Amino acid sequence: MRPFTQLTAPACPLGLSNVDTDQLIPARFMKEPRSVGYGQFLLYDLRFDATQQPVADFALNQPEAEHQQILVARRNFGAGSSREAAVYALVDFGFRCVIAPSFGDIFSSNAVNNGLLPAVVSEEDCERLLSAMHQKTSPISVDLEQQRIECNAVRIPFAINPVWRTRLLNGWDDIDLTEGYRTEIDRFIHHYRQAYPWTEQQSQGADASIERVNQ
Amino acid sequence: MGGMTLFDKIWQTHEICQNEEGQSLLWVDRHLAHEGSFHAFNKLAERGLSVRHPELTLGIADHYVPTNARNLINVNAKTRNVIEQLIDNTRAHHVPLIGLDDPRQGIVHVVGPELGLTQPGLLMVCGDSHTSTHGALGALAFGIGASEVAHVLATQTLWQSKPKCLRIHIDGELAPGVSAKDIALAWIARLGADGARGYAIEYSGSTIAELSIEARLTLCNLSIEGGARCGMIAADEKTLDYIGGRPMAPQGKAFEQASAYWLSLASDADARFDLELHLAAEDIAPTVTWGTSPEEALPITGKVPDPAQAQSAEARKHLQDSLDYMGLTPGQALTDIPINRVFIGSCTNARIEDLRTAASIIKGHKSKVPGLISPGSTEVKRQAEAEGLDQIFIEAGLEWRESGCSMCVGMNGDQLQPGERSASSTNRNFKGRQGPGSRTHLMSPAMVAAAAITGYLTDVRMLLPEEVTP
Ligand code: SF4
Repeated sequence: MRPFTQLTAPACPLGLSNVDTDQLIPARFMKEPRSVGYGQFLLYDLRFDATQQPVADFALNQPEAEHQQILVARRNFGAGSSREAAVYALVDFGFRCVIAPSFGDIFSSNAVNNGLLPAVVSEEDCERLLSAMHQKTSPISVDLEQQRIECNAVRIPFAINPVWRTRLLNGWDDIDLTEGYRTEIDRFIHHYRQAYPWTEQQSQGADASIERVNQ
Repeated sequence: MGGMTLFDKIWQTHEICQNEEGQSLLWVDRHLAHEGSFHAFNKLAERGLSVRHPELTLGIADHYVPTNARNLINVNAKTRNVIEQLIDNTRAHHVPLIGLDDPRQGIVHVVGPELGLTQPGLLMVCGDSHTSTHGALGALAFGIGASEVAHVLATQTLWQSKPKCLRIHIDGELAPGVSAKDIALAWIARLGADGARGYAIEYSGSTIAELSIEARLTLCNLSIEGGARCGMIAADEKTLDYIGGRPMAPQGKAFEQASAYWLSLASDADARFDLELHLAAEDIAPTVTWGTSPEEALPITGKVPDPAQAQSAEARKHLQDSLDYMGLTPGQALTDIPINRVFIGSCTNARIEDLRTAASIIKGHKSKVPGLISPGSTEVKRQAEAEGLDQIFIEAGLEWRESGCSMCVGMNGDQLQPGERSASSTNRNFKGRQGPGSRTHLMSPAMVAAAAITGYLTDVRMLLPEEVTP
């Protein structure tokens, strides 16, 4: 995973609240393999009208959107479905940071797992940031070390779970880290199985139907 | 130190260790996979990893399956490909699979409890946010993303930061026509769609004790719509009765041993919660959503809100946007909203009790609009047919389908047309959830049946048959 330390980049004032993951990527695109690039599906039904024409005044359809790497939204960003495809769509479009007053819990952890920073700011600071962005199209600076955001004269702090901060700063991958805890895990299982023996097996014969599918 | 909550006890039991930042490595007892898990399997493949404990994962085809047949003959190539990837991936990794034509097939969150796979005290995960459903039986169950699914497949563990605890305590008796769905929509409307973000919810009180297991599953299912990590209800005698004898539950002596442990997991009398919400059952009315977030819900006797009365400019804009999308007029009575279609299905409200309730209301009537009924599982379908419920729906002019996620998410092609408005027993009224341009009103199955009869959003209390209490 690519580490995230500091980023200064043009930002997109999306400004919407309750942008759920169904909007971030509508379900019908999720059949596609990641290799097609999910950026093209990002906020598809807001970006395009029923005849597939781009919605002229939508933020992501502006020419400068191509270079934007930071998205600023209002409360409850990424709520709803656990689909990590929502994060793939943002990342593949080019975003590396989303700033909002609150995020869906599952979205945030999906974001961190893909090197996308979910930066939590207060409602007031979010409004200040959005108005500072409207005054001029100048870049936003995000410093994860200092947990600070700057745009023109506006300087605001942001919050992030310290564990996620460390992981983003280092670009660590969970599975590798966990393998380092093999001894602890094996020791745990040994005791756990003795105390709760019925948890060991979920069933016999659940696979009886594998061969019958597709007939 | 005070006592422990149900949540604390299960968390502690599953904690393998903590890292320096205080995050916990948790043991995962059960993992459920569905077609959408292909991203996670691909991640494993990229890294050349295998599934560490295939016997603790169960694959179930539900999100993309057709509901008009139990084969893939008329399924388009891309959808078929996603379903076949589940078959290929589970087979390659020796993970058991409940496939499309298996008599146990159904929506993961309906099948888990039905098979006895879901048990108190277990830590369960699935790459699906409504995994919170399983907490109704006293399990600690939550949805995860694809990277986390890959981690579970590779290690059978998960890193998590401990959420805080919210208790939602409800006392009193629900009025006829009011159900678990209404409790959920009522509290979400009160706290907001992110009101329980960062919390694990425990539901308690005399109202909860009275709820059937199926109603509890509905309530816990919707916890995520209020932003919660999970929803839980402590196991009681009803829970034990429900689980006993199910094929994947412990049997005989093991069941007795487990039962004693399960009952001991209830929150201690002096347990401390970080937040408490108290509701009175009497205050809860049949509730419907009018907007594009589950928090935008009101009692059916209410009126569409007026943006002119909003608190701030931003709130006004947001409200206007919801009304524009939904095609509604400020001040309009909710019962004056005409619908184009009804849907009863999903992991929220398609269990046998839901179908019985809806059938009892629609019996002898014709639906004013077309609609689908998709039972939560193939077993629910079988049982409904044995009781003749299918005939009641068919005589009302509705389509009786096979089980799957169907029009809850529209991935299999069961969708609304752009601009169409549904009365739906599902869980999300997000823009485009039931198809591009779709307009969804969430409500209980009883309320969907009532809407079918009149063609408008309708107060089911006007249509309740004698001696039926939904
Ligand atoms: S029925 Fe709907 S909410 Fe439930 S698992 Fe399927 S798609 Fe998700």
